[in-house]
Amino acid sequence: MAHFTKATSVKDWLNQRLAIDTVEKVMASEYWIPKNINFLWAMGMVLVITFAFLVVSGIFLLMYYVPTVEGAFYSVNYTIMREVDFGWLWRHVHGVAASVVFLIIYIHMFTGIYYGSYKKGREMIWISGMLLFVAFSTEAFSGYMLPWGQMSYWAGMVITNLFAGGSLHADGLVEWIRGDYVPSQAFIGRFFMLHVLLVPLAIIGLIGLHFAALRIPHVNNQDGEEIDFEAESKKYLDGDKKGSKVMRFANDFMSKDMMVVGIYLVFFFYLVFFHYGFAMDPVNFDPADGLKTPAHIYPEWYFLWSYEILRPFNIDLGLILFGFAQVIFIFLPFLDRSPNTCAANRRGVAFKVWFWLMLSNMIVLTAMGKLPPEGVFSQIGLVAAIVFVAQWIALPFITAKEKKV
Amino acid sequence: MENSSRRGFMGKAFGAVAAVGAVGSLVAMKKTWDPLPSVKAAGFTTLDMSNYVEGVMVTEKWRGKPIFVLKKSAEVMEREKGNAAAEARNIKIGNDNFMVAIGLCTHLGCIPAFRKDTNDFLCACHGGMFDASGLVTQVPPPRGFDIPPFKIEGNTLVLGEVGPEWQAMKDNGVTL
Repeated sequence: MAHFTKATSVKDWLNQRLAIDTVEKVMASEYWIPKNINFLWAMGMVLVITFAFLVVSGIFLLMYYVPTVEGAFYSVNYTIMREVDFGWLWRHVHGVAASVVFLIIYIHMFTGIYYGSYKKGREMIWISGMLLFVAFSTEAFSGYMLPWGQMSYWAGMVITNLFAGGSLHADGLVEWIRGDYVPSQAFIGRFFMLHVLLVPLAIIGLIGLHFAALRIPHVNNQDGEEIDFEAESKKYLDGDKKGSKVMRFANDFMSKDMMVVGIYLVFFFYLVFFHYGFAMDPVNFDPADGLKTPAHIYPEWYFLWSYEILRPFNIDLGLILFGFAQVIFIFLPFLDRSPNTCAANRRGVAFKVWFWLMLSNMIVLTAMGKLPPEGVFSQIGLVAAIVFVAQWIALPFITAKEKKV
Repeated sequence: MENSSRRGFMGKAFGAVAAVGAVGSLVAMKKTWDPLPSVKAAGFTTLDMSNYVEGVMVTEKWRGKPIFVLKKSAEVMEREKGNAAAEARNIKIGNDNFMVAIGLCTHLGCIPAFRKDTNDFLCACHGGMFDASGLVTQVPPPRGFDIPPFKIEGNTLVLGEVGPEWQAMKDNGVTL
């Protein structure tokens, strides 16, 4: 049996049993972070805090929400909004956070692309991150069903119809997913379960994987410099804090992180209290009606770019390209053949153009996805969708030709 | 050696037991998500076809889906003459001619709106258009409106039951 001695303090007692000193070093005080970073490195912590807000507000909403066809709409729009004290706060925090979390995810993603943070041993960070994006998308979609308004119902109808696979006509699969011919009680029940249990469990597991994937290769820095963390941390611990290229995760880096989080939270609560409307579609304040399609169905803003890739083509090609757009980002570490790990602007003209075109094209796709599919907007959407696909096909070729910087 | 082969056997035996259990539980999970018997049993709708007025589009309901019923005027029938695809979709009850179809866009399932003045359907979601017999006039929809299984019984139409007229349409590829 392991040898235990009489504890000299509570901390010593715990230390003998849980090795809390070692854990604290590995996770915090001797988890080394490069100094050469900027505020964009705080987006991970911003996401953690936003997820925490979603969980806490979700717990309070869960206590009054009723997952039935008859009860769902009124439990949200009457019970929670009018009867429950501060019910509006939880709903607006939940809705705003669900929308803003995607804004931060996109910033986090494009930061990673810009600085090459998916390369040289950091591939698993990127892959686990993209799996988190998929899980968050599922969570957002299943949550959007729950108020059971017109947009909930018709988004549910349209998205589940995607699983018929176009000309494959897998209507049996669609009916299986819905548990009925159209979205109804079985549908609301299973999406409620997914939203409050299964998908959050997956998200929490993936967050663990995402953090674990970061611990060994360490976080990237502004110049993509390969840092000898052993040597630099030794320098730091030996007293040369100024000369070392690294700092402690806690409390040094955390203090800066939380500074950014603080600024973000001011912005976040400004939205919650004064501008929550953008996260609450007016059409969804009509109860679901299976015999009346809203005049114009569109997803929330964070899905618009991929929706716009689906829209301009016939159903089969549209579905194939939509599927392509959903999965292609995950392969980025393997499609980028360049030997360089540094800021996109310094990797030569080709990748510099690729990066900024990708970013601006996704903004164009997002804008076109929101507009009705008519006239010049259809044309712009079609061109933007083709450019998106072409850029990914071109990526391995232009990066393979890149010169070592 | 003796140990490792014993362990190998135990490992395989456990693997076999676990595989049977896994397959069994997958079957149970799949079946739990199937539409319930009560849902399937409620899948029939009977329409009295003598109630409809020429040129007025009426939306009925079958299995929670909208069903478009349009009694066609002589003028529409005249225009359809010679158009084999449109004639194949026509449903004749007594002396009256009808378009009966599932009122969901075959693209992604939105409900197209009937436009009385142009006598056609426009889907607001992605701009698809259908004519008065349910055929596509503007993509993205990949095919005309689907026609629900029906059986003609005198002056009534039973949706959800397969009659010879519908079976013929299905066999000829007129509907899915």
